[in-house]
Amino acid sequence: MRRTFAPWADPDAKPLIRFENVTKRFGEAVAVDHLTLDVFEGEFFCLLGPSGCGKTTLMRMLAGFEFPTEGVITLAGQSLEGVPPYRRPVNMMFQSYALFPHMSVEKNIAFGLKQDGLPKAEIADRVGEMLRLVQLEKLARRYPSQLSGGQRQRVALARALAKRPKVLLLDEPLGALDKKLREETQFELMDIQHELGMTFVVVTHDQEEAMTMADRIAVMDHGRIVQVATPGEIYEQPKTRFIAEFVGDVNILEGHVQGQENGLWHVKSPSAEAPLTIDDPDEVLHSGQAVAIAVRPEKMVVQREKPGPDALNVLTGEVWDIGYLGDWTVYRIRLATGEILRVSCANVSRFVESPIDWDEQVYVTFAPGAAVILAE
Amino acid sequence: MKERSFTKRLTAGLVPAVPYLWLGVFFLVPFLIVLKISLSDPAVAQPPYRPVFEWSDIAGFIGALDVENFELLTQDDLYFRATLSSVRIAGISTLLLLLVGFPIAYGMARAPERHRSLLVALIILPFWTSFLIRIYAWIAILKPEGLLTQALTGLGVISEPIEILNTEWAVYIGIVYAYLPFMVLPLYATLEKMDDTLLEAALDLGSTPWRSFWTITVPLAMPGIIAGSLLCFIPAVGEFVIPDLLGGSETLMIGRQLWSEFFSNRDWPLASAVAILLLIVLVLPIVIYRDVEARRLETRP
Repeated sequence: MRRTFAPWADPDAKPLIRFENVTKRFGEAVAVDHLTLDVFEGEFFCLLGPSGCGKTTLMRMLAGFEFPTEGVITLAGQSLEGVPPYRRPVNMMFQSYALFPHMSVEKNIAFGLKQDGLPKAEIADRVGEMLRLVQLEKLARRYPSQLSGGQRQRVALARALAKRPKVLLLDEPLGALDKKLREETQFELMDIQHELGMTFVVVTHDQEEAMTMADRIAVMDHGRIVQVATPGEIYEQPKTRFIAEFVGDVNILEGHVQGQENGLWHVKSPSAEAPLTIDDPDEVLHSGQAVAIAVRPEKMVVQREKPGPDALNVLTGEVWDIGYLGDWTVYRIRLATGEILRVSCANVSRFVESPIDWDEQVYVTFAPGAAVILAE
Repeated sequence: MKERSFTKRLTAGLVPAVPYLWLGVFFLVPFLIVLKISLSDPAVAQPPYRPVFEWSDIAGFIGALDVENFELLTQDDLYFRATLSSVRIAGISTLLLLLVGFPIAYGMARAPERHRSLLVALIILPFWTSFLIRIYAWIAILKPEGLLTQALTGLGVISEPIEILNTEWAVYIGIVYAYLPFMVLPLYATLEKMDDTLLEAALDLGSTPWRSFWTITVPLAMPGIIAGSLLCFIPAVGEFVIPDLLGGSETLMIGRQLWSEFFSNRDWPLASAVAILLLIVLVLPIVIYRDVEARRLETRP
């Protein structure tokens, strides 16, 4: 059972990490732009964004490899200004793992503990504990060059965890693993984080990874945070078109607001004959405003039969492409306007009589609640 | 087809033989000649030793060889002292070269990438001038009324000329100057390959920059340190020109002894024995290095 855990919703909760109006410039280039962000204790926090969005710079500032040009970063209420990396209660797992090639697995894990001058027996205990945690007891005396990619990843994790840091930073932790291993490791990371109750901050460009693991995701673009929310909110209530398109697949229909009726918005779009009806009550819009309507592929229905006259949100088009993925079938439907919609359909039955075929005329519908209005 | 595979096999067999061929013609054969001369007796003749090899009397030739010269080497402690002094001077020079060369190589490896090839070219640049001329130039710098004394008196650091030329210090200066590229280049090659994130990882795990240098940078640079040290130590032990020009008559080195046996005393057999001794002194560290390296590779494939 996943705990109910939402310290960000509690106005009295004190954040563990706080970025206050932080800016980082490299010469002319602005990597991080007036960014403010709170991360709470025990959170599994993901920084998600395309490459060059500033997420790695943000993490490196937390580790102490870069210092903010402006603004303050505090950890547990204490400013990190001028604190070098070796004095921060923060450890990092590097994207390249950065294992010391001239040290065995156990020496790598013990490295950080030795720096603290712990007694030998305690170091040995902790190294043993870490090896058990990542299931590498048998490989303690191997060198990094003798390990597989997945094993190296575990050593890197164990080494970063060994000092029991207040915050563990993970830079693209699963980037170098193949797909199967990546999925397994995602869940292992979640289990380990849960078990240790540590705060994890993960940098990733892989939205699936972020969605699976994170308590909250901060989507970054051009050095700014565009939205900070739970994976569910990011997916179902994206704030901007950028987020809707970056996280998951989405169909965008452009149009102009006609008006509001019974709490539902009517939007006239060139893609559909009748005005579209959208249930997105939180948006404040005015008549004639240009908007984008975002609908996820799995929230659209494709059918051969013409829907009844009362049906809402009907689009017509022809089947352009069919992709069979086993669990899903993805249809690409070309509308009269030339737009291509992506509609996915769960394959709930093994046999379908006369399935929808290429070049067929079809109708695509979606419920008012399936769509989100994004103000342009 | 068959013919082609034959030539292919022939070239495949010949290519690895090239270094052996080279070593055979230019090392093994001369070595055997020197070894033979070292077992001969000096003579006032052309060539200045006896016996001379003749096909007609192989038994008599072999019978005339003896180890007299090597016995002499052990009896007269001059050779022992010269060897010891050479090893000491070469050892101290190698340490000084490491001290000077490591920061240079480190700085080069840390320089922006577009500057690095220029820096390497600059390190090699002195080779464009003859080694001998560059050592002569040091005489002009180090002599009592030379540039160094002038500069230091001008700055008011010293009031009297300093005695550097014709001391061991001048030999150290000369060796460090002349051999620096051989130390810097292998060090640079290993340091340049080093992954900077390893140092970041060490810092992140609580190690200060100074400690990270000793626990990460130095061990990982060890192949370069060993290669550079051997490249400097080995020729420095046998160095002749630098001690002869800068070291004065007091500086005892085996290379100089070798030269004077050959050319002043014209005792070729004894000189050859000294050459063999020098070779043995130099082969030892190489064998040790290979042994260490092999063991290192064994534990860590």
